[in-house]
Amino acid sequence: MATFNLKINGTTKTVDVDPTTPLLWVLRDHLDMVGTKFGCGIASCGACTIHLDDTAMRACVLPISAVGDQKITTIEGLSESGDHPVQKAWLEHDVPQCGYCQAGQIMTAAALLKENANPSDEEIESAMNGNLCRCGTYTRIKAAVKTAAKNM
Amino acid sequence: MTLVKISHGRRTFIKSSALAGGGMMIGFSWLASCKPTPEQLLTMPKEWFKINGFLKIGENGVVTIMSPNPEIGQNVKTSMPMIVAEELDVDWKYVIVEQAPLDTSIFNRQLAGGSQSIRHGWEGLRMAGATARQMLKEAAAKAWGVPVSEITTEASMIHHKNSGKSAGYGEMASAAANIEVPKEVKLKEISEYKIIGTSRNNVDGQKIVTGKPLFGLDYKKEGMLVAMIVHPPAFGLKLKSFDDATAKAMPGIKDVFKIDVYKEGDETQWCDTISFNELVVVVGSTTWEVMNAKKAITCEWEQIKSKEIEVPFFGKTKKISTPSGLENTDDHLAQMIAASKSSATVVRKDGDPEAAFKKATTILERSYTAPFLAHSTLEPMNFFAHVTAEKAELVGPIQTPEFMEKSASTRLGLPLDKIDIQMTRMGGGFGRRLYGHFLIEAAVISQKMNAPVKLIYTREDDMTTGIYRPAYHATYRAALDENKNLIAFHVKTGGVPESSLSANRFPAGAVDNYLAEEWTVVSNVSVGAFRAPGSNFIAGAEQSFLDELAETMGKDPIDLRLELLEKAKTSPVGKDNDYEAERYAGVLQLIKEKSGWGKDLAGLHRGVAAYFCHNTYVAQIVEIEMKDNAPIIKKVTAAVDCGLVINPVAATNLAEGGIIDGIGHGSYSAITLKDGVPQQNNFNTYRLIRHREAPKEIEVHFVDNKKDPTGLGEPLNPPVIGALANALYKATGKRYYDQPFLVDPKLMG
Ligand code: FES
Ligand code: FES
Repeated sequence: MATFNLKINGTTKTVDVDPTTPLLWVLRDHLDMVGTKFGCGIASCGACTIHLDDTAMRACVLPISAVGDQKITTIEGLSESGDHPVQKAWLEHDVPQCGYCQAGQIMTAAALLKENANPSDEEIESAMNGNLCRCGTYTRIKAAVKTAAKNM
Repeated sequence: MTLVKISHGRRTFIKSSALAGGGMMIGFSWLASCKPTPEQLLTMPKEWFKINGFLKIGENGVVTIMSPNPEIGQNVKTSMPMIVAEELDVDWKYVIVEQAPLDTSIFNRQLAGGSQSIRHGWEGLRMAGATARQMLKEAAAKAWGVPVSEITTEASMIHHKNSGKSAGYGEMASAAANIEVPKEVKLKEISEYKIIGTSRNNVDGQKIVTGKPLFGLDYKKEGMLVAMIVHPPAFGLKLKSFDDATAKAMPGIKDVFKIDVYKEGDETQWCDTISFNELVVVVGSTTWEVMNAKKAITCEWEQIKSKEIEVPFFGKTKKISTPSGLENTDDHLAQMIAASKSSATVVRKDGDPEAAFKKATTILERSYTAPFLAHSTLEPMNFFAHVTAEKAELVGPIQTPEFMEKSASTRLGLPLDKIDIQMTRMGGGFGRRLYGHFLIEAAVISQKMNAPVKLIYTREDDMTTGIYRPAYHATYRAALDENKNLIAFHVKTGGVPESSLSANRFPAGAVDNYLAEEWTVVSNVSVGAFRAPGSNFIAGAEQSFLDELAETMGKDPIDLRLELLEKAKTSPVGKDNDYEAERYAGVLQLIKEKSGWGKDLAGLHRGVAAYFCHNTYVAQIVEIEMKDNAPIIKKVTAAVDCGLVINPVAATNLAEGGIIDGIGHGSYSAITLKDGVPQQNNFNTYRLIRHREAPKEIEVHFVDNKKDPTGLGEPLNPPVIGALANALYKATGKRYYDQPFLVDPKLMG
């Protein structure tokens, strides 16, 4: 066990956990932040995507000891009142079906748009390729990313 | 006029204390703006008046509508309340939707399966809304001393034109709750609909995009422990012994023990399918600790003995044979090919197919295969249970709460009314969550621990515990005379361990000499319903064959189907043909028109398919472009006849999902076995379709025929596999017979 001070969504949280614990389980089990989802545990589905500083990362394979003082942003902290342009675009296009993958999709899309304000179709596809949606909302996601890009 | 079921009549007066905190609550219909205006901030009522099991109305006019069926992403939680709201004539702005508890005294068929929620709920939902509206009208008539026939309603308001009196629903709610439930109510005409047929966004949308706890895996309770299972690595093995010394000493671990999920001799049901009944269970404080301890357990396994059981299956019994041995995909294929060449069970025979095949000048014969598939819901199997000596509280994602309540009661030795199942939103179902062994596992673990427990499957557990889509094989034969007329049609199909035949579907009824046969190969690999069971294979096979048949006959593939359907309509062969030829032809005509079929599109290759299942007719065209020798799916166009469309935006989304699902599984996914061991156990080895491979564009057209609504969760994915195979043929000159089409079989272990 070791103590970690984490900068999450603009606040600092302290946890006492095994240093190998992936950030995903620290969020879900220790901090009661369940917006970040578990899908595979091996960085193959993107359901657990968060931002470390401004980069999209898979929280399921990120040991808590590797976080250091980098800023963590989760779906709960992407915007204060759920009105990030990506979230708004997701609602406008009524993207979710079951909804389980969507937090991860939104986090990946938000990181993409931060880095590339006007991505091409190919750039959207390759940035989003690591995020699985078993319900098949891919075409809608692409349209929503384009709408969000316009409104950023 | 339709009679109202008495079971809707229970009325109770309830205080708003049932709702967290009262006070202000944000409605969901402000989605477009995201920042609610003051008007959109709904004030929670001080009192609720329960009009019937489906709805309650607050004194301020806010209405809560219960959504009776499990939500697996098929949008019932929005669409079903829309139907109630329509007949209630309420303003959708003032509607709150809640997931109803499992209560069979109020709700019928609380099940998600077979794309039937809307179809079966249609009458009951409308009546629930209409009776409530009638009671509000009667309450107003009484209060104003005017005849009820002169009362009208509109968007949550009650009016009496002659006296100029008006009242909101909230003002009459308390009086309405005391009105006798009407024996009969008049339902609206389709032309009067204001909510049905208009697009309404997902009622949980805001919660989903902000990461609120909605799913089973998100559920938490004070003092809750986490449990995981260790199961045999191969089908055909069972637990012999285990060593838990290391695991038990690991941090956070509370206990390690063995459970029998179902008890020998207990009566089970169809949804109690299970692959491994004896499991080692690890229980601890947190997921990561339990995951680590799980890896530290060593087990010895032994081979199972063969057995046969009979389970009740919708009024009949179903025999399930489990042979011993460690099975291989190669052997399954060889067994299926052998079975396809041996005698089989004749399910339907019209005319004299043997004689017709004998005198044929041309016989076209082709075989098709498809592998086992894992459902791979993105949320792995999980369930929460808190079982005490008095009662069981079970919370989680389950498609069959009504059935599993009985199984839990039997297994736990508690009366039915002490089993409380609450449904959470599901991170996908696709049939996997019809089989609730994980609910029983959680309950048994909680009972043993005497504590609240959440059972979590890792992805590897989820993918290697079976309940797969069966592996399938089909051989089609067609006989042509010297003028290339179709004189006989033969389908012979089966699978491991089930066949996918629906003998009375098209082209049955359209060919004078028709033969449909089936066979099965027994296996110890467990299988279950998978989005559009059976159809998810046979539609693609049949539609590919029809394409090749049209080519052999020198006909356009749409024209051939339309000719056959014309015959099925004007002089049908045999009886029990289970489709309406006219509606079937309707979707083909619509797709022909919308896609400009027949036009030469430079560089684009098109394939067509059409199918009828789950009461819905679908025709699809897949358009492919070749780039660096690889197919790119540019566009999929679909024509759908599912009767009245309740919520167009959700219906289109669901249709798109079905199309992507079909293309994905037909192209990339497979579970293969070596000595009983699944060779794929996570998304790095089991391929699901990804963003880059999805169609670049999808266009969905609905037939506007105002017929009663039918299913939409399943019918879109079966035919698209055929349309894809046919387009791939146009693009590559090669016919695709074996799924997954776009993965090199040598790469699949
Ligand atoms: S759970 Fe982290 S990528 Fe799948
Ligand atoms: S919406 Fe269900 S997995 Fe993406």
